Amino acid sequence: MGVVATGEQAAGAWTGDVVLRVVDLVKHFPIRRGLIQSLRGGPVPAVRAVDGISFDVRKGEIFGVVGESGCGKTTMGRTILRLIEPQSGHILFEGRDLLALPSNEMKRLRRKMQIVFQDPYESMNPRLDVYRIISEPLRIQGVVKDGHEAVDLVSQALVDVEMTPPEEYIYRYPHELSGGQRQRIAVARALVLNPDFIVADEPVSMLDVSIRGEILNLMLRLAKEKGVTFVYITHDLATARHICDRIGVMYLGKMVEEGNTEDIVKFPLHPYTRALLNAVLIPDPSKRGLQSVMAGEVPNPVNPPSGCRLHPRCPVMKDICREKEPEIIERERGHKVACHFA
Amino acid sequence: MALLEVKDLKMYYQTLRGQVKAVDSVSFEIEKGKALGIAGESGCGKSSMAITVLRLLPGNGHILGGEVRMDGLDLLSMSEEAFRKAIRWSRISMIFQGAMNALNPVHRVGNQIVEAILTHEDVSRQEAVDRARRLLDMVGISPRRFNDYPHEFSGGMKQRAVIAMALACNPDLVIADEPTTALDVMVQAQVLRAIQDLREKLALSMMLITHDLSVIAQTCDDVAIMYAGRIVEYGTATEVYKKPLHPYSMGLVSAFPNIAADKSPVRSVPGFPPNLVSPPEGCRFHPRCPLADDRCKTEEPASIEVGGNHHSVACHKVDVTAGGIDIWV
Repeated sequence: MGVVATGEQAAGAWTGDVVLRVVDLVKHFPIRRGLIQSLRGGPVPAVRAVDGISFDVRKGEIFGVVGESGCGKTTMGRTILRLIEPQSGHILFEGRDLLALPSNEMKRLRRKMQIVFQDPYESMNPRLDVYRIISEPLRIQGVVKDGHEAVDLVSQALVDVEMTPPEEYIYRYPHELSGGQRQRIAVARALVLNPDFIVADEPVSMLDVSIRGEILNLMLRLAKEKGVTFVYITHDLATARHICDRIGVMYLGKMVEEGNTEDIVKFPLHPYTRALLNAVLIPDPSKRGLQSVMAGEVPNPVNPPSGCRLHPRCPVMKDICREKEPEIIERERGHKVACHFA
Repeated sequence: MALLEVKDLKMYYQTLRGQVKAVDSVSFEIEKGKALGIAGESGCGKSSMAITVLRLLPGNGHILGGEVRMDGLDLLSMSEEAFRKAIRWSRISMIFQGAMNALNPVHRVGNQIVEAILTHEDVSRQEAVDRARRLLDMVGISPRRFNDYPHEFSGGMKQRAVIAMALACNPDLVIADEPTTALDVMVQAQVLRAIQDLREKLALSMMLITHDLSVIAQTCDDVAIMYAGRIVEYGTATEVYKKPLHPYSMGLVSAFPNIAADKSPVRSVPGFPPNLVSPPEGCRFHPRCPLADDRCKTEEPASIEVGGNHHSVACHKVDVTAGGIDIWV
């Protein structure tokens, strides 16, 4: 994908079913330096959390963003909602560049864009009951006139997340709920404004495996029946494969591969995607596969490796990988990869 | 004779609300060199069982019955002094849950391992240092990092350091309580691989506790499925995965998306584990079980052996589940 100079140009090739388009998104977090170092001058070192990422998300699809801790996937998710302000790039939601919007219009648009956080234990105020937690967005957005109307909407949201009958849960406090129930409350809070778009940041990683299915199937149902669009952020390709239509694989602030879920899982092109797939544990004792695990860990994003960022860990590395950074190129229809040897 | 035999073990916590029946008549065996996986949801008593075997119970935890034997030696009747000298860490050691926080942040990693050796064995400091360096090397950490502090290690390295510490006194059995739960997929695979290599090299026996059945599938020979303080199904991993017979195990097995197979719907086991102060009458799983009938509500099912390979299951409905029907639609 070429570099796009302005938001209008980026919107140029807008096709009808694209809801969100991210173009060359960059977010660097500067690192504080001591007095001596700052007097010495030079560029301020920065954690390059998101370093030039572009992708489209279509209406009603679940787009998975997969990568290890520290690859920048959470920062990316928060940046597309403008919970973190990026350095540069464009975020086009239904054709409008979010980064050009004044704050009052952004606030209005937030009705349509919501987030579910990773930790259902820390993402809600323990002193508020379920009613207050779920109705808070309604109050902030001024959607309801009186308490009765709010009770109706909150009850509906609880029904939507299959917490029925709603009367039983609506005046409970978070400590009276299990982890899975809390995460449903977090989803209900995101749903109560009837959004078109939800970022779900590792919504099941803190939950017991026996109840992960409930939340995943809930997201799947919301996407297929209500047309809600999701960006699902996770480190687990197995759950991503289960619910996502398309998957993007991130490594050190870059998107290295993107394509339809089954293409990514069955015909991965990037060595990193293959390594991630090998690391997924198979729940079948007759298929043991811990032999081919990629060694090493994600390098420091302050000083990412030169050339292709994977090269120090890559099994197919050649000289060119050290020198030249591979562009992300469409190899097959809808299947993009950034590797010199894909 | 099995290396570790646990028979009818009962451990209850005394609380203000009554007795919490965390481990209730649990029996299993671990053969020398074998690995047993114990699977179950949070709060099913699997971690309590581990600390009961190692006798690390808090003040309100009481062993009310049963036996724990190692090579025939009764571990529960030993004095604390004798247990600490002869068993804990030197023969049975443990990798704790959240091991990344089990390291002391103000001591060098190497010295923490040396400390573990010197506490349990009568060797010179130099010998202990040499062994600690070898242990670090064995788990894939360069011995040059002996003098690093825990904050200089990544999560996966801390986990490996804790594994090295568990191996410090050449134990026969390692109890690993959720050894990879807080780790990323890639690091999880690396750590499990390291554990697997070490087990082969040292002929270690292992008891691995986790809620993640895929971890057990990749590392263990046998599996015990625990629910509400009891073992509801027990057998070889291959058999339990291929043909689970308890409705709860069936639910757990189908709750795992399998990336190597064709895409299939992911199930969940609706509801949540019961309060262990007053667990349900009859079969403890009956409130969540789609097959439950009146008998399940009143009569507790005994564990019965089905087929060979000591595959056993505690369920009144085995004849239904053995028919291979899909009960978690």
